[in-house]
Amino acid sequence: MATEDPNARLLQVKDLEVEFRTRDGVAKAINKVSFDLDKGRTLAILGESGSGKSVTAQAIMGIIDSPPGFVTGGQVLFRGRDLLTLPERERRLYRGQRIAMIFQDALSSLNPVYKVGFQIGEMFTTHRGMSKKDARLKAIELMDRVRIPGAKERVDDYPHQFSGGMRQRIMIAMAIALDPDILIADEPTTALDVTVQAQIMELLAEVQKDTGSGLILITHDLGVVAEVASEIAVMYAGRIVENAPVDEIYRSPAHPYTRGLIDSIPRLDSKGKTLYAIKGLPPNLTQIPAGCAFHPRCGYAQAKCAVDPAPPLVAVTPDRTSACYFWREVQDGNA
Amino acid sequence: MGRYVLRRLLQMIPVVFGTTFLIFWMTWALPGDPLAGKCGQRPCSPEFIAAVRDRLNLGDPLIVAYAKFMKNFLTGNLGDTVSGENIANLIQTAFPVTFRLALLAIVFEVVIGIGAGILSGLRRGGFFDNLVLISTLIVISIPVFVIGFLAQYFFGIKLGWFPVTVSDGAPWGDLVLPAFVLAALSLAYVARLMRASLAENLRSDFVKTATAKGLPRRTVIMKHTVRNSLIPVVTFIGADFGVLLGGAIVTEGIFNISGIGGLTYSAIRLREGATVVTVTTLIVLVFLIVNLFVDLLYAVLDPRIRYE
Amino acid sequence: MSEPTAVGAAAIARTDDHIPSGVERVKPAPEKPRSLWTDAWDDLKRSPIFWISLVLMTFFVVMAIAPGLFTSKDPTFCDLANSRVSPSKQAWFGYDAQGCDVYARTIYGARASISVGIAASLVALFVGAGIGIIAGFYGGFADTVLSRITDIFFAIPILLGSIIILTSFPTGANPSQAAEITKVSLAIAFLGWTSTQRIARSSVIQLRGADYVLAARSLGASNWRIIRRHIIPNSLAPIIVITTISLGGYIGAEATLSFLGIGLQPPVISWGIQINNAQDYLRTSPYLLFFPALFLSLTVLSFIMLGDTIREALDPKLR
Repeated sequence: MATEDPNARLLQVKDLEVEFRTRDGVAKAINKVSFDLDKGRTLAILGESGSGKSVTAQAIMGIIDSPPGFVTGGQVLFRGRDLLTLPERERRLYRGQRIAMIFQDALSSLNPVYKVGFQIGEMFTTHRGMSKKDARLKAIELMDRVRIPGAKERVDDYPHQFSGGMRQRIMIAMAIALDPDILIADEPTTALDVTVQAQIMELLAEVQKDTGSGLILITHDLGVVAEVASEIAVMYAGRIVENAPVDEIYRSPAHPYTRGLIDSIPRLDSKGKTLYAIKGLPPNLTQIPAGCAFHPRCGYAQAKCAVDPAPPLVAVTPDRTSACYFWREVQDGNA
Repeated sequence: MGRYVLRRLLQMIPVVFGTTFLIFWMTWALPGDPLAGKCGQRPCSPEFIAAVRDRLNLGDPLIVAYAKFMKNFLTGNLGDTVSGENIANLIQTAFPVTFRLALLAIVFEVVIGIGAGILSGLRRGGFFDNLVLISTLIVISIPVFVIGFLAQYFFGIKLGWFPVTVSDGAPWGDLVLPAFVLAALSLAYVARLMRASLAENLRSDFVKTATAKGLPRRTVIMKHTVRNSLIPVVTFIGADFGVLLGGAIVTEGIFNISGIGGLTYSAIRLREGATVVTVTTLIVLVFLIVNLFVDLLYAVLDPRIRYE
Repeated sequence: MSEPTAVGAAAIARTDDHIPSGVERVKPAPEKPRSLWTDAWDDLKRSPIFWISLVLMTFFVVMAIAPGLFTSKDPTFCDLANSRVSPSKQAWFGYDAQGCDVYARTIYGARASISVGIAASLVALFVGAGIGIIAGFYGGFADTVLSRITDIFFAIPILLGSIIILTSFPTGANPSQAAEITKVSLAIAFLGWTSTQRIARSSVIQLRGADYVLAARSLGASNWRIIRRHIIPNSLAPIIVITTISLGGYIGAEATLSFLGIGLQPPVISWGIQINNAQDYLRTSPYLLFFPALFLSLTVLSFIMLGDTIREALDPKLR
């Protein structure tokens, strides 16, 4: 579609495929991933390292290092308009203004030689044609909004002069500067202390409520997700294996992998028992097992799990899906 | 920033004294006859020996002699050459010439070196990149005096584009070829370093952030990568300046330029050690001062350093 | 030079699969344990530049060790009747101003030049790496003192410093080749060790905080043992690179000193001396300068190229 349709859903990712061509083989980082996002909703993409969650975010933004990464299939529909088919100069107009990203490690993600006020202000000087003075004032406003104390003085400081939590707030300020429709937060709290984590998540939730934007939260931390997300998509080896509203997934997972993740969370009432961990390790993405990628580690696996094609996402309830032939058994096991 | 400047100045003081003491020791206090080889092929005349012993207080303990040497040096009392010319006067006439040569060389080094480095760093693996890599490797391998002769032969003698030697007074036009020869080695290193630095910075996280912010590619590169990449290059240019000064001796010798380098060159050929050492000490001090300025420039480019 | 920053591409997990019993699966072929060195060797094996520079370097080193393999002529036999005769079939590189065979002299010249390079590098390596490792490992006061001392030596450019030293030690009437080579090598190394020191020191500082060092210490390992078994092997890579590249530079430095007339003295044969003698005849007999210059440049090139390719292969960030 050449223009956006205001009635279409905010974001629809359909059958997205991304591969990385390396010396040691082709790694299928994302393999037919689909999900939707609506205004005001928060989707959490949950997975371990190498599951493809960060690559998904980068594919939506269009910032994958290419080579070695290539988008080889699928669509990213922003209000009906496929971003993947756009020429670069039009694609660029979405970045920062319509879809913004918050990165994981603010220390390496902020340019160390420029003042933070300048870096936040860049959003205004570049996209809104503001003067440097006005942009700086706007930066102070934003820094206040993300609750950085003493914003008026600190706007001329450099990134290394801030603490980790403060730096992350600066990243958030940069991302919300132009009121984007979609915010993507890629592991925003992984590099932070636990107490600071909670503050940042709170800030994100607040910001989202104020702006009404859609939020995609990428994380490997189940604890972080529970507070903020409305839906969770669990990724494994480049595929989505389960998609469900947040309370249902915790209460009654419908995929062995999700089940394993939830069982691995240490609980206060399991004192004295051995901690549970999923056996084995995630696969090498250049040699993904046939059939269901999780089957080598799965307690429910049977012969047909090892055979291609991979199990499709089937409806568990009208608003839940699971990519497992034996989801019923998994759910029964939860009782 | 002020504290950083002060700290650097303070750090420089022991280095200046240490270095000049080391040179003094290497020249006059090594085992053996301190005046051996200082007067050309012939042994020094008794008058000269007496004058030197007197001026340098070689009979005194080393530290005292050194202290007096420094005092003399800093007040401009640099003594005479074997043939009786006042070294300080010679340096005064020679210095502006070398200054112009070095300035021109640095301009070449910075403009061509950084320019080539940026262009090849942006298109790694491309034709220009390979051209730069190969040509810089060749230049680095050929010692400066060979480059000087080759340049003199091809561009001066064969093609006649430039004068083979530099005429009296060293006009700017005559200095172009020697300056280029002098800059060649450093230019090659600068280009390679800039290229590597740029390529590395292009892969850093903050460049991804800049792209994610929707900044045009040109801004991402010019604003967010070049300045960061310049940091190690600037440091290198400062440290390399010493090599440049050493190369000036050879270059001025080949092209017959009557600057500080030429002075040193003829003094070496005539085995006038006293002159050699005095002029060399001066060159080293210039090098240290330049390094100080480069460190200050580094602090301007990289704010993280200012607050250490 | 510049500090590394993180690369932000997708992670590709590289693991062995642990298979629970009862599930049928095809096991992937077991992989050899990969270290920095095996990876680097894989890269180097495939690099044509590595092989070219290695061959070239070996060629010149052999020339230095056994010049007789390349020519049967006597480089010291000079007949003034042959003064400045152009290259011909009997004398491939012609004759110089004294009537000596240029080809023979060029071949024999390799020995002195390369010996100086190697000797200077070895001294600079041991002194520089030694001081660097001590300064980096022990830190504190020792580091401050050693680093200041290094700064002082570093402030004197190699060429200038060597000129001063060599001016103070003029050569006697009939020097032995060994004495000359030692003198010039030490003069160069006297200031050359500083760059090795800096690299060694920063390498060790990066390693000092490594977990395996901490582990070794908590197991009671003495400092010396830690240095010997953990620090030195792991800091070798950049030290090797700087030594190889400096070697090329030292050969160039020797040639420059000999060209200026205060390096190796005749009757020692070196490329620098040959070029020095050739400069007066640049217009009329350019080949007198060209051939030794070519050999000199190719030798330096081979060492620098070798060091460069090794550095690229060992650099984990360039993957």
